[in-house]
Amino acid sequence: MVENNRWVKFSSHLILLLGIAAVVFPIYIMVIATTHTGPALQRPPFPLLPGDQFFENMKLVLGEGLSTAGAPPVALMMFNSMVMALGITIGKIAISLLSAYAIVYFRFPFRMFFFWLIFITLMLPVEVRILPTYGVASSLNLLNSYVGLTLPLIASATATFLFRQFFLTIPDELLEAARMDGASPMRFFWDVVLPLSRTNIAALFVILFIYGWNQYLWPLLVTTDERYYTIVMGIQRMLNVSDTVPVWNAIMTTAMLGMIPPVIVVLLMQRLFVKGLVETEK
Amino acid sequence: MAELRLDNVIKEFGEVRVIHGVDLKVQDGEFVVVVGPSGCGKSTLLRMVAGLEEVSGGEIHIDERMVNRVEPKDRDIAIVFQNYALYPHMSVRQNMAYGLKIRKFPKQEIEQRVNDAADLLQLGEYLDRRPNQLSGGQRQRVAMGRAIVREPSIFLFDEPLSNLDAKLRVQMRVEIRQLQRRLGTTSLYVTHDQVEAMTMADRLVVMNAGVAEQIGTPLEIYERPASIFVAGFIGSPSMNFVEGRIAADRQSVVIGQDFSIPLPQVTDAIQADQPVTVGLRPEDLHLTQESPDEASLPLTVDLVEVLGADTLLHGQVPHLDTLIIARLSGVPQVKNGEVVHLAFRPRRLHLFDRDSGKSLYYGQNAA
Repeated sequence: MVENNRWVKFSSHLILLLGIAAVVFPIYIMVIATTHTGPALQRPPFPLLPGDQFFENMKLVLGEGLSTAGAPPVALMMFNSMVMALGITIGKIAISLLSAYAIVYFRFPFRMFFFWLIFITLMLPVEVRILPTYGVASSLNLLNSYVGLTLPLIASATATFLFRQFFLTIPDELLEAARMDGASPMRFFWDVVLPLSRTNIAALFVILFIYGWNQYLWPLLVTTDERYYTIVMGIQRMLNVSDTVPVWNAIMTTAMLGMIPPVIVVLLMQRLFVKGLVETEK
Repeated sequence: MAELRLDNVIKEFGEVRVIHGVDLKVQDGEFVVVVGPSGCGKSTLLRMVAGLEEVSGGEIHIDERMVNRVEPKDRDIAIVFQNYALYPHMSVRQNMAYGLKIRKFPKQEIEQRVNDAADLLQLGEYLDRRPNQLSGGQRQRVAMGRAIVREPSIFLFDEPLSNLDAKLRVQMRVEIRQLQRRLGTTSLYVTHDQVEAMTMADRLVVMNAGVAEQIGTPLEIYERPASIFVAGFIGSPSMNFVEGRIAADRQSVVIGQDFSIPLPQVTDAIQADQPVTVGLRPEDLHLTQESPDEASLPLTVDLVEVLGADTLLHGQVPHLDTLIIARLSGVPQVKNGEVVHLAFRPRRLHLFDRDSGKSLYYGQNAA
């Protein structure tokens, strides 16, 4: 029962506004910080109105980078992050689609055994198995490479499981109709299963892209060469400077740039994303 | 066009045998309906013909070719599924064309065939819609269209009308039958609806528990059911069964305590004092006045169902512990609780062996 009372309306809006403020304020601070010089940010009070240093800051982080902090130009880090995030996302989706398809539609020995094997890895996120994974990556000579950044994170139990559950909801008659129509297994996958999974793929794309973009621990371990630094670890390195003050204007500008790609992905995919999470199109 | 032949076809799921050797021959261009209660194996049989289930024993032939191990796509068969199984992301046109596209037909011919089928099924204006924008009957037609464009030698139908409402079902029933006549394609049609079975079939296969109990024309099966099961399954409301015993002189059958029905003809199939089940169709009973000349059953009416053209009387007969239903034409003035007298022509009588359920006798033998 919802009461249509002025006070209820007022207080619920107040709570909502406070919640929004709590989320938005730090972002506002960050945006403001990108428009001031470093010293201006060090000196209290912290400015709450935009300054005029935006383009200078941009030029600094995009082009030159902070050599004092051992961080390459942001453009390169953005590129690295993009390669890693897209590599992980596309890799994960491709692998899980295929493995889920195999598990659902083919009868082969130890089918359930493999399913449970994949399922069990849900309990082992990257952080738990990070040292052995590092060991494997290093003996395969994958350190300091894009392959090393993406490949070990690609196997995904979550996505496999999700696609399996979705495939199970596709009526058997569709498969049978396709068999009568003469479609080969891969043809059925390509012509029927894949188009039907469209919304699920979009939803996973968003989730996995953000997951990949925000990877921190793994890139930190696997890269020592500046050329392969990602933006998330770059920000951290800028903060961890010894014997000098952190260059806040550059850090904040980098952070803001680092936020943009996930936002773009969410905006572009939000319609499909919501659809994929809410309904299964039949 | 083709002939379909099943020789002693058996299906086992693991240890469980669900189809116990079915023999059936479908002539070229014939429309054969397989009917039975759910779980009798009729769909499994159809799926074996389609190649969607493996055959555990026996042989399936299409014309002279043994197809037990032939892939479904190479059998030259099309199937219409109960839930239509249309590809939800494709338009009606793409749905119908998909099979041809995979078989690498030239574009023009695909176009031609899809348009022809669409004309035939009055789907022309819906060709660019998606299945979820169509009504049940239209989806049903698309499923038919998908089968037609392939020009297969055999059509299979797996309860295609059971998802439609009653009115549409009657309409589609007629459409399917007309279409099949026009195309002359050999067809095997599975249903659990006996009205569909009776009205559509050239020949009918009544299945029960994995066995083809009887194969014959609809009228044959209605008039001369081979077993209690067939007699009870075909006909609505179903046949009344009462326990009885053949009289010592084999001239009559006695039901209840001493109600005797003369048999028009004596056959060797029945023996004196043999326990039998007597079958009487509700539509063969009619009202009569009680008189010493004619055998009649007193019925205490429990329920009167007026259907308009017909009236159903439900009630009890003294000394018989089964419910008796009579179907009378028109609307007789009968009230609940009233006792009426029912008569029937002995020629419409069926006798079944009480143990095996096999038919021993039908009055029409005498004709």
